Amino acid sequence: MSAIDTLFQNLRSENRKAFMPFVTAGDPDLDFTAAVLRHLAERGSSMFELGIPYSDPVADGPVIQASFSRALDKKIRLEKIFDMVSTVTPDVSAPIVSMLSYSIVYRRGLENYVKAAKAAGIAGAIVPDLPADESGELAEICRREDFSLVQLITPTTTPDRARQIADQTTGFIYYVSVTGITGERTELPPEIVDNVSWLREQTELPICIGFGISRPEHIRMLSPVADGLIVGSAIVRRIAEANSKPRQEVLDDVGNYVTELLSAL
Amino acid sequence: MSSVSQVPNDAGRFGKFGGRYMPETLARALDELTDEYSKARQDEDFRETLAELYHQYVGRPSPLYHAERLSKQVGGAQIYLKREDLNHTGAHKINNTLGQALLTLRMGKPRVIAETGAGQHGVATATACARFGFECVIYMGEEDIRRQRPNVFSMKLLGAEVRPVTTGSRTLRDAVNEAFRDWMSSVDSTHYCLGSVVGPHPFPQIVRDFQSVIGRETREQSIEQLGRLPDLIVACVGGGSNAAGMFYPFIEDESVELMGVEAGGRSSNLGDHAAPLCFGEPGILHGSFSYVMQDEDGQTADVHSISAGLDYPGTGPEHSFWKDVGRVSYTQAQDAEVLEAFDRLAKTEGILPALESSHAVARAIDMAAKRTPDEIVVVCLSGRGDKDAAEIALLRGEEF
Repeated sequence: MSAIDTLFQNLRSENRKAFMPFVTAGDPDLDFTAAVLRHLAERGSSMFELGIPYSDPVADGPVIQASFSRALDKKIRLEKIFDMVSTVTPDVSAPIVSMLSYSIVYRRGLENYVKAAKAAGIAGAIVPDLPADESGELAEICRREDFSLVQLITPTTTPDRARQIADQTTGFIYYVSVTGITGERTELPPEIVDNVSWLREQTELPICIGFGISRPEHIRMLSPVADGLIVGSAIVRRIAEANSKPRQEVLDDVGNYVTELLSAL
Repeated sequence: MSSVSQVPNDAGRFGKFGGRYMPETLARALDELTDEYSKARQDEDFRETLAELYHQYVGRPSPLYHAERLSKQVGGAQIYLKREDLNHTGAHKINNTLGQALLTLRMGKPRVIAETGAGQHGVATATACARFGFECVIYMGEEDIRRQRPNVFSMKLLGAEVRPVTTGSRTLRDAVNEAFRDWMSSVDSTHYCLGSVVGPHPFPQIVRDFQSVIGRETREQSIEQLGRLPDLIVACVGGGSNAAGMFYPFIEDESVELMGVEAGGRSSNLGDHAAPLCFGEPGILHGSFSYVMQDEDGQTADVHSISAGLDYPGTGPEHSFWKDVGRVSYTQAQDAEVLEAFDRLAKTEGILPALESSHAVARAIDMAAKRTPDEIVVVCLSGRGDKDAAEIALLRGEEF
């Protein structure tokens, strides 16, 4: 069992849901990323999605794109991200899942990536540009290393395909709430609830919902059907303030925002 | 037929290259496109409609022209130009956009998006959209908008919306990113008319097939006009659509040597060129596994070319396959050589070649010089150079 499996087992037995902030590694720098992870864990986050900056993220909206660009402009390296994570994981129990392009995984070497990430204390990977049809080799390595490989199911996924994807997923299923790219939405499509309820009948795996979630009313709408909720751009946007504002102020602001969302969970 | 032409397989693989590395959101649309295309290619009606458009609307077949004065001056092999520059809209790109427009019609989608570098694919897409009544949005990097102004205005005149891309290097690669992001949100109503043999399956196959009219015609014209096949065919390669279309019908003709010319830019140092087949390594970019310029973390590297259409860090998976099996040789031409070739063709033959095509002209001249007058070198003159006049004037410090 990976750390993610254990987390959901515990949450389910307590009838609780996971709250999962997305944080870009290295914006404005890795020290601050480490501080954010610690602080948001103290505020009650159950798990983290750690975005590894990539030069050509086609599934990401302007906020996450810009955070990736800032980090890459400062020449952030994968090795340094692993180093940062390994300083955080000894005292942060919330599992950290890496989110990255297959370009990065492939370049590093599949097995090499999984082993290095695991050694740093990372519990799994979300690879949005590696659809289930292409993920066989990486999935096998992840299984062997007990490293979760989280796959995505979207509103455009056909039912047959959704079942196949669920079969190949470990850790949890990432249900994408909207047909589109990452970014805050004022309203979320109401059919998510039915779609996730349907998916629930197809698989035993935990289901986390992400994309567009940014308001307490979104959390209230989705938490009854989900095992966890992922909030990305709304958090990344607040963290980005640290590029110009005092860091403690930004930490408090992001922390208060997370507390507000958690109270709706 | 050998396995070299029997690609891609059902998973979109050309040997180990290609595939479909794209977000799940696009999986259904890519499957639908694959299905629709495989139905269309079996459909007599579809093939006839496209052939008729090529003839009546594009002006095909494009001539295979003997560049006699240039050949004499070079003093080696006979140089022939496949005149894709004479097509409607001035480049080979229209061969692909009309094919994809017919597919869009079959899929019942009212809106088309595209990326463009030099603007030729943008103009060809805007043209096809005007012809079929589709709403059209073109993504173009700000830097390319600057250096290819005439094409930007043409697209607008044709009724397309040109959306400037301000992210990254503000060139073709970023325009592709933005087009994919648009498609992620609009996929139910929109077809993404990708302009080269790159991207996720089935694009590399579809674009190659539509562009193969270039090679098929060249093959027939060679036999008819020259009584035999050429000894060498040279084409420029960015993403590689004109080269793929030219080469593919000759892949099984072992006597025909094939040469792809990438953008050598200023030097062979990383960042100074756009030549992944010459200097890059296999990796993932824009949905396929192919040669690419990237750093040791898998981040796409910046590239440079004098020509906006070749200013791209990746290349088509089928070119990567042809490189690895040794069927096509890939080389490069540097900016200075390209300008010289442009000048030479202009002054000896009265033809302004696109800067992209001038890469092929430059290497073809070298190759021809080393050969005997009874040998035949064909150059794919993929586009005309009017669009580059202002940029060339700027480079020379002349008033335009």
